[in-house]
Amino acid sequence: MSKLVKLKKGFDIKLVGKAEKKLVEFQPAKTFAIKPTDFIGLQRPKVTVNEGDTVKAGTPILIDKALDQVQYVAPVSGEIVEIKRGEKRKLLEIKILADSEISYESFEKFSESSIKNLSREDAIANLTKGGVWPQIIQRPFGIVANPADNPKAIFISGFDSHPLAPDFAVTLKGEEKYFQAGIDVLKKLTDGIVHLNLNADAEVPAVFANVQNAQINKFSGPHPAGNVGIQIHHIDAINKGEIAWTITPFGVAQMGKLLLEGRYDASKVIAITGSRAKNAAYTKTFIGACVDTMVNGNIQEDEKSDIAPETRVVSGNVLTGEKINKDGYLGYYSNQITLLPEGEYHEFLGWMKPTADKLSFHRALGLLSFLKPSKEFVLDTNVRGEERAFVQTGVFESVTPMDILPVYLLKAIMAEDFDEMEELGIYEIVEEDLALCEFVDVSKHPVQEIVRKGIDLIQYS
Amino acid sequence: MKFLRDLLDKQKPLFQKGGKLEPLYYAFEAGETFLFSPKHTNGIKGAQVKDAIDLKRMMITVVIAMIPALLFGIYNTGHQHFLATGQGAGLWDNFADKAILGLTLVLPIVIVAYAAGGLVEAAFAVIRKHPINEGFLVTGMLIPLVVPATLPLWQVALATIFAVVIAKEVFGGTGMNILNVAMTARAFLYFAYPAQISGDQVWTYLGDKTAVDGFSGATALAVAYNAGVEGEAVNTALSSHNSVLGSGIYEFANLFMGWIPGSIGETSTLMALVGAAILIGTGVASWKIIVSGFAGAYIMGFIMNLFAVNEYMAMGPEYHWVMGGLAFGIVFMATDPVSAAQTETGKWIYGLLIGALTVIIRVTNPAYPEGIMLAVLFLNVFAPLIDYYVVKANKKRRLQRATV
Repeated sequence: MSKLVKLKKGFDIKLVGKAEKKLVEFQPAKTFAIKPTDFIGLQRPKVTVNEGDTVKAGTPILIDKALDQVQYVAPVSGEIVEIKRGEKRKLLEIKILADSEISYESFEKFSESSIKNLSREDAIANLTKGGVWPQIIQRPFGIVANPADNPKAIFISGFDSHPLAPDFAVTLKGEEKYFQAGIDVLKKLTDGIVHLNLNADAEVPAVFANVQNAQINKFSGPHPAGNVGIQIHHIDAINKGEIAWTITPFGVAQMGKLLLEGRYDASKVIAITGSRAKNAAYTKTFIGACVDTMVNGNIQEDEKSDIAPETRVVSGNVLTGEKINKDGYLGYYSNQITLLPEGEYHEFLGWMKPTADKLSFHRALGLLSFLKPSKEFVLDTNVRGEERAFVQTGVFESVTPMDILPVYLLKAIMAEDFDEMEELGIYEIVEEDLALCEFVDVSKHPVQEIVRKGIDLIQYS
Repeated sequence: MKFLRDLLDKQKPLFQKGGKLEPLYYAFEAGETFLFSPKHTNGIKGAQVKDAIDLKRMMITVVIAMIPALLFGIYNTGHQHFLATGQGAGLWDNFADKAILGLTLVLPIVIVAYAAGGLVEAAFAVIRKHPINEGFLVTGMLIPLVVPATLPLWQVALATIFAVVIAKEVFGGTGMNILNVAMTARAFLYFAYPAQISGDQVWTYLGDKTAVDGFSGATALAVAYNAGVEGEAVNTALSSHNSVLGSGIYEFANLFMGWIPGSIGETSTLMALVGAAILIGTGVASWKIIVSGFAGAYIMGFIMNLFAVNEYMAMGPEYHWVMGGLAFGIVFMATDPVSAAQTETGKWIYGLLIGALTVIIRVTNPAYPEGIMLAVLFLNVFAPLIDYYVVKANKKRRLQRATV
């Protein structure tokens, strides 16, 4: 039973710096890092290698003692050069100096038909051992899935509606075979349906065109229509006590590749985007790659350069991404890099000045961006105001296409009222689903941080 | 600009931790952020870019929306004085004199309200170490618009201080208050000093002049109420009222325009609608509350017609829109997002009830000729209850989904 869901609520943040649909090459990255902080819910990380060890692509380097079946593996082959820890010995990065030629751990190989005959146990064993399991994210909570669970369904969002997000038609070009194999193995993991949700407003990418074994649903509307959490809400919402799994199309293809080729392939096509990107285009790199070769020499001036000369590098998109250094590492789940002006400047009467150059969802005095609905904006990282108590109402609702009351939920979290959080639907959201609220908030609350705090409260109590 | 920026940067260490004037940091910060938007950047994780809106801009939008009502009120204050004292009956006669008189009466009230409110706000910010909130930008303007021009300035100051402290700061400041601050100020005056804010004598400034013979300072609401008591058709009573000053002062069109005695900013329905257009156009106020507020008054007026036992109840419901402060109250007071209902469904109910309750109070309660003030405060108190049921319905839908 395919579904077509039309969403009206939401907001597309249109920015300058969309990636051109071509692949460009940069100097290959020399170092790579796995950041345990990328895996939300990784409770007791334990590094299984030592500095100086050599690893292959697919060698386990990290486990979670609370979920030790799941292996976190090296993306490339090379030498472990540093295990970086922060305050209280918090594990930050496991750095690998890459070989010039990648050598792979070899895993069991399957044919397309034998995948279909795999048992659930064998499928799980192969996926966890092969290092691709962390691609599966559990809802509620948005944490790495527990192989012992049997989810009621698996959801895949076939499009990314975030600002400047990559087009899967480019990033997954030619991966049809692997994607299908991935779907086939996912089907083993649930007694329910594997849902593939596509964009009703765009052409279907070739990689999804002939997919079997999954239910195709279509979503139309502005961001966050592409967020899997929104899609789940409209297809088969998560109730208390239920578990669903989600996975990105890249993760599906990576699983397929593991099974068909017998190797852990961390290579991925990402988009380099943003107004500061000289060469805004797609490039092939690896999970955890150092971004220096893609960033240095690839920064251009934009219209904000005179007031905001510094550039911020974001692993991910501008709504849910993470600021990294110019020689930082690509996040495990990131499929794009965004280069933005760092907005560290004062503006004379900035709160009152009429402006058509700053994007706003609102139309309050002097905010004229609504007059140019198709304009692409150059936005910087300035907060544009100060944090205040909640005053304006009705705005969060208009960018959240779910039957949920975001402000009440956020207030319940702030008050640490567990019953209220549950009743108001904390199981249905993760940070990214309310990221737009954080953008449009008049009172500048750290909405996503609050959401995670609420999830942590519910999860660990 | 550079000069100002340099000056601020130079003084800043004085107010920062360890500086001599550290206790006054938030006062300094308020000034600084008024002149220059801060240079903070977004955190490491989460939204890397933010919408251009902030609370200051939202609040100033409301202030701008009130300016037509303020300007109208200033001129009308002068105009009513000239009318009542029999000098220059034409609307635009003695334009400059009327405007200047209006300014000399209204401006001090605005200044006093802003000064008193601002001082309280700053004092609380310094003592409780929180940033100065922008809410008083709006409150400081609202209070002058809902009091008569003849109000003693000390009462303006007292009411403002009372309202800001009791209605807002004790709850934790802007965003935490239960009651609309400006309405609380007015209610305070109404109950503490009724002689200066009710009756027939306070709405028109006479100064040292005497009113023309046969002049009555009664508001349209008082006239309508009395007509109801005396069994005279309200329309006739309104059109013949104060005919000594010129014909048809309280006829519908003039009531709509607002060239009538009353509180400074509330008389003109037209100007309230201009404000409503700004607020709705900019999306700052909820159109649902405004529309349902007017609808609620009309529906209740209509129901009164059906069961009319006196002439006031038989009055055309559209008159309720243009008499008294209903339009001003719905547009600027009822829509205060903090004290209004906060759910979208709740806003419809909240607005409807404000409109309906206003009419009920006006028509049936002899003690209060105007109902909007009490209706707004009453529904402020009830808004959380309305929201409670709307939120409960949301929870129930979620629960039902789980059990099906």
